[in-house]
Amino acid sequence: MENSNLAIDPLPLKLSGLEPLIINKDTNFVNIGERTNVTGSKKFARLILEGNYEEAVSIALEQVQNGAQIVDINMDEGMLDGEKAMVTFINLLAAEPEIARVPFMIDSSKWHIIEAGLKCLQGKGIVNSISLKAGEEEFLEQAKKVKRYGAAVVIMAFDEDGQADSYERRIEICERCYRLLVDKINFPPEDIIFDPNVFPVATGMDEHNNNSLDFFRATKWIKENLPHARVSGGISNVSFSFRGNDPVREAMHTVFLYYGIKHGLDMGIVNAGQIEVYDEIQKDLLERVEDVILNRRPDATERLLEFAETVKSKGKVKVVDDAWRKGSVEERLSHALVKGIVEFVIEDTEEARIKYESPLKVIEGPLMAGMNIVGDLFGEGKMFLPQVVKSARVMKKSVAHLIPFMEEEKRRTGNTSSNAKILLATVKGDVHDIGKNIVGVVLACNNFDIVDLGVMVPAEKILEAAVREKADVIGLSGLITPSLDEMVHVAKEMERMGMKTPLLIGGATTSRIHTAVKIAPNYSGPVVHVLDASKSVPVASELINPDTREAFASKVRNEYDEARTDHAGRQKEKNYISIAEARKKKAPVNWDDFVPKKPNALGVSVFKNYSLEEIRPYIDWTPFFSTWMLKGKYPAIFDNEIVGVEARKLFNDANLMLDEIIAKGSLKAHGIVGLFPATAVDHEDVKILDESGKVLTTFHFLRQQGKKAATVPNLSLADFVAPAETGKQDYMGGFAVTAGDGLDVIVKKYEADQDDYNSIMAKALADRLAEAFAELLHEKVRKELWGYSPDEKLDTDRLIKEDYAGIRPAPGYPACPDHTEKRLLFDLLDVEKKTGIILTESFAMYPAAAVSGFYFSHPDSKYFGLGKVEKDQVEEYAQRKGFSLDDMEKWLAPNLNYNI
Amino acid sequence: MNIEEILKERILVLDGAMGTMIQRYNLEEKDFRNEALKDHHIPLKGNSDLLNITRPDVIKAIHKKYFEAGADIAETNTFTGTSIAQADYALEHLVYDINFQGARLAREAADEATALDPSKPRFVAGSIGPTNKTASLSPDVNNPGYRAIDFDGLKDAYKEQLRALMDGGVDIILVETIFDTLNAKAALFAIEDVFEERGVRLPIMVSGTITDASGRTLSGQTTEAFLISMEHMPLMSVGLNCALGASQLRPYLQIMSEKSNFNVSAHPNAGLPNEFGEYDQTPEQMAAQIEEFLKEGMINVIGGCCGTTPDHIKLIAETAAKYKPRKVTSLEAESV
Repeated sequence: MENSNLAIDPLPLKLSGLEPLIINKDTNFVNIGERTNVTGSKKFARLILEGNYEEAVSIALEQVQNGAQIVDINMDEGMLDGEKAMVTFINLLAAEPEIARVPFMIDSSKWHIIEAGLKCLQGKGIVNSISLKAGEEEFLEQAKKVKRYGAAVVIMAFDEDGQADSYERRIEICERCYRLLVDKINFPPEDIIFDPNVFPVATGMDEHNNNSLDFFRATKWIKENLPHARVSGGISNVSFSFRGNDPVREAMHTVFLYYGIKHGLDMGIVNAGQIEVYDEIQKDLLERVEDVILNRRPDATERLLEFAETVKSKGKVKVVDDAWRKGSVEERLSHALVKGIVEFVIEDTEEARIKYESPLKVIEGPLMAGMNIVGDLFGEGKMFLPQVVKSARVMKKSVAHLIPFMEEEKRRTGNTSSNAKILLATVKGDVHDIGKNIVGVVLACNNFDIVDLGVMVPAEKILEAAVREKADVIGLSGLITPSLDEMVHVAKEMERMGMKTPLLIGGATTSRIHTAVKIAPNYSGPVVHVLDASKSVPVASELINPDTREAFASKVRNEYDEARTDHAGRQKEKNYISIAEARKKKAPVNWDDFVPKKPNALGVSVFKNYSLEEIRPYIDWTPFFSTWMLKGKYPAIFDNEIVGVEARKLFNDANLMLDEIIAKGSLKAHGIVGLFPATAVDHEDVKILDESGKVLTTFHFLRQQGKKAATVPNLSLADFVAPAETGKQDYMGGFAVTAGDGLDVIVKKYEADQDDYNSIMAKALADRLAEAFAELLHEKVRKELWGYSPDEKLDTDRLIKEDYAGIRPAPGYPACPDHTEKRLLFDLLDVEKKTGIILTESFAMYPAAAVSGFYFSHPDSKYFGLGKVEKDQVEEYAQRKGFSLDDMEKWLAPNLNYNI
Repeated sequence: MNIEEILKERILVLDGAMGTMIQRYNLEEKDFRNEALKDHHIPLKGNSDLLNITRPDVIKAIHKKYFEAGADIAETNTFTGTSIAQADYALEHLVYDINFQGARLAREAADEATALDPSKPRFVAGSIGPTNKTASLSPDVNNPGYRAIDFDGLKDAYKEQLRALMDGGVDIILVETIFDTLNAKAALFAIEDVFEERGVRLPIMVSGTITDASGRTLSGQTTEAFLISMEHMPLMSVGLNCALGASQLRPYLQIMSEKSNFNVSAHPNAGLPNEFGEYDQTPEQMAAQIEEFLKEGMINVIGGCCGTTPDHIKLIAETAAKYKPRKVTSLEAESV
């Protein structure tokens, strides 16, 4: 019986401020900010007593910014009218949306103060706390009121006989409270939070030695025996005997939480700045702290005290304490950089400039020192990309302030910066630059000077700039497959000019193997593929350091040589069949039972300025997080131990920006859909007709040629459209959407403000909106415009899983990798004129936040990867399209199973 | 069959706008006065709730029209029937009568309609508005901590209104057009107090107002946060009304429908107002937009707010009859 409860998932504890906070079985430990508590923070108490509410509010703000998910508020101070202070403070917090978005915890030992607080909460907060101290009657009366005010409640393990101080007393009182609440007044069990009393350890009194263990055991018992209830605690109590010794206190809190969470502790009142990473606690300190917390040896207290003497409270970089403004100017700048705080950076920079006399020394001194810390933390995985980009924003602001002074100094002395210089560009024909911008930011954080040439940069401009700027490294970026070829071209040009500058290759379609096979052989200087922004730093560092450069370059060259040999070997092993053979294995599409649906809206439909509000719910957030190099699926990513907190912040920032974009209409979404009669011809082509039967255009597809098992077909998209011999008139469609109209203006505004964070954010959001619009439009096509699935009902999740009939493959992507087909699609629909989306010479769409593709309706149609194709097919394909073989091979280069 | 059982079977229809209908009568100042009010020192025209006392014939006739159009539930003409809102007219002393008479008129119209067709019982929802003051926002930008009304002031005013509505015979309590959740929490608290005091419980409907495309209430809450803040009471339904037309309301109703363990209601405006502040969405246009979310099974109770008329409600009722109500799945029921 006892363990049967374990099988039940706890009901979610739902709280709210302006936004929801839902705590369920997958939620990590919830941080409750402790610093707006007059009994716990001297500074806060002083501010409230002085009536300085403005600054008191900023303490609450800082807690939320530092990751507090709930804010605890306590006004229990003898000299204070607690009721009045509670009401005043909460009403002021309610006026600050950034604070009021989280739920509040009304903390008082006096019921009348709690009630006064509850009367100010529009959201569902938490009462902290009530207990059996004055008997059952009062306890139930208060609990009933808590429920009626719409709050959750913390129950303290305290009864008529006093506070529970043993395991047995803790569970006895908690069980009694639980039964009273649930059985007598129907209190929702998921709204009950027990506080089984965190007491100090290492006090010198033996009877306190087991305090933490008793707490842990009681926690475990509550979670196993009182269904849906949760456990919280005031964590700082445990280290009470070490007041003034922060390193030891922090270690104690961290260890206490580590074991508490293992035993089921759900939340705690903590100072987020006083929590260390468990693995980073110094080994000997950890051992002694664990001895104390876990009561592992009789002399544990003495041993920790002994050790505590030797630990000096050293100033740490990541001080959350608001006292950071009182540090030296170097400390302040470093703090602002690490924490990404823009607020004071200009005044601090100016102070440093005067102190250092030379602006360059400020950059080389405190600013670089700060950015080095950022770079190290990022390299160690202790900071995440969104934080780094925020740090860079601070750096840029600071440098922007110094530039006029530097120019003046340069005029006087002729001195220039000695940092290594990296030139970055998105290659000709390509417009995608989010990844490149991120690389730029990350490198800039690591002392590299960045020259960013932007997008669609032709080879000659890259080379000219490289020479003029004396670049130490050149980085090329691209997202679409034709860019791969352009990169090869740049490499060949560099070789032709006899350059030796290291060349970095990056971007979504680039790969180590492509770099090794196609680019490296064309350039005698170092060529390195860089997987993501975090890898760019070590690679660039090795390449510019004269001591490591040679060795590194030859190591990479050897690796690539090997990869090339490997690749050649594998190619031979893999079997391909002739196009004639492949055509005997077309997709076994059931045409007999298929009744083609004539589209309700035959022809072209244009959607100008489509409601972003309607598009928004279709956003798939998972790729958004991966743009920011935060790995995990939405929404589970928020509960990820490592990146969860940052993901949440990023998500909030993104939604704030989306709110603003939608409210101001600063981005516009346009889309176009065309649906036409269609007939499959020549095995892999589809003729597009008008209603009279006139051919409007012909789309060309390719067929898989990999050798497969006898029963597995060799697919082509054309297989999904009925050929003439079926006697059925089938249909096919195409579309293009963008959500990037207006993006340039937004991005320019942020860039003018040195705000890479928001500029990258805006681009990433526009991308997501374009994808979401494509998803929305596809649904509209299935249900209305074409109308072959009028009754389909899917939630966003199933939409993302593509759990519907029909597909919308995009030219340039795996099923139809030929980008040049986009031209035909664009001409058929008159996309450029009607939506403003244009094609570059490499068939990239501009604005970059755009999606285009084909629509197929047959229920058997599915996405697939074409894989490699053989020359026999390419020759025929080129002929059908009216391209020369050379041209065709250039466009299909990534898909050729032979060398050209 | 009681209303909760009917809700499992079909989509219930709430009536439409009262104000829009009253305007059609072109009433004058004298229509808002009676013997006792003939010398009242403040103009009373525009105090629609007062008509419950001075022109009961008009109000009852409007209720009748909505029932004839197919509404299952009439809302009492008591949206501003609190001492807080009536203070604008210095009519705090008439709050009891306004609400009692308001409930009685709707009750009579409902009973008459039920008698005509006993297979379709009609209900009366006592309408409780937000008042004209906000408990969690300051009206003074320079003094963000200031509040023009507090929780207790709201609670007491709501209790007075509730007692009169219940005396007048309402079947349901409807807390609607919630732009500040704290006001609504005070109303819910008052409801619980009055239920306890009388030993009776009536079904409660709660309906919030998303003010614009930000997707938030005037007091800043998201739809889901609003829902969580209201869930502590056993509600018959939770939903959204006013401010937006049906199609603009859809994304937020979707959230309600996904997250709520209660029935979901909607009574949107007849589109967005034109430049003259008038609503010109036709019954056909509105019914077509509403049909979208009825089709998707998002709704249990549907009706109209500003700008809607019996013609709108008639078409909405006909549309609603074609679809099944949203299935209510209670989390509690599943896991216990």
